[in-house]
Amino acid sequence: MADPMRIRAAVKDGGVNVKVLMAHEMETGQRKDSAGKPIPAHFIQHVSAMWQGKEVLSANWGPAIAKNPFLEFNFKGGKKGEKIQIIWTDNKGDKRTDEATIN
Amino acid sequence: MDQTRRDVLRASGGASLFAMLAAAGLLRSGPTLAADWNKKAFESKNIKDALEALGAGSPADSADIVMTAPEIAENGAVVPVAAVSKIPGTESIAFLIAKNPTALAASFNIPSGTEPSVSTRVKLAQTTDVHVLVKANGKYYMTKKEIKVTIGGCGG
Repeated sequence: MADPMRIRAAVKDGGVNVKVLMAHEMETGQRKDSAGKPIPAHFIQHVSAMWQGKEVLSANWGPAIAKNPFLEFNFKGGKKGEKIQIIWTDNKGDKRTDEATIN
Repeated sequence: MDQTRRDVLRASGGASLFAMLAAAGLLRSGPTLAADWNKKAFESKNIKDALEALGAGSPADSADIVMTAPEIAENGAVVPVAAVSKIPGTESIAFLIAKNPTALAASFNIPSGTEPSVSTRVKLAQTTDVHVLVKANGKYYMTKKEIKVTIGGCGG
C-alpha cells in the first residue's frame, strides 16, 4: 500500500483551493536497471476528487507526470469543515483514497 | 468523457469491459473509473496521433488559454506546468508534450462548478513544445509554449 497523500483544501476567493501531493514512483517504463533490463512502467492512471458525493475533478494521467505527483485545482461551493476525498488508481490496479477537511 | 468511452468501446469488444463501462455509466455521480483511460491516446508517439486518438482533429489556436511554465527547466524530471482556460464551457484540459516518448501527459475533466484551471508537474525528455488542449462546448482549442531542458527527465 502506497503512502498517504498530503491534501490541503482551503476556502479561497469564494471557492475551495485544493492541493494534493501523492506518493508514487511514476516509473515511465523507459528506464533500464543496472543490469540493462527495462524497469516496467508503474504510474497513476486515474485521479478523482470527490466533494459531497459529487466529482469535482477527474484526471487521466500518463507516465509523463513527475514522480510524487502534484495537483492543484479550485472548485466552487465547498464550505469550511466539509470533507474532500482524493482517489487514485495506478496501472497495476493499486488504489488509494485519502480525505481532508476544508479549512 | 463520452468520447473516451466510445473510443474504448471501438478499440475492444470485450464483454467484461462492456460490463465495466455499463457500471461506469450507472455510477455517473460517483467517481469516474480508470476504465475511462484512453490507451490509444496515451500510447501515441506524437501530437498529431494523440489529437486524433482524443478525437480532437486539428484544434484552433487560442489566445484564451493561458499556460504558465518556466522558459528553462533545469531538471526535466520535475517541471511545473499550469493552464487556465478563459473559454466559456470548458470541459477538459489536456497537456501534450511534443518530444516525449509518448505525447499525452495528462487529461483533466472539468465538471461545472470547477474552475478551468489546473496545475501539475510533468517530465520532459528534452527541450520541447508543451501544448495545452482545451475542449469547450464540444470544440477543441490549443496553445503551446517551448520549454528548454538542460537535464532530461526520461531515460536512465
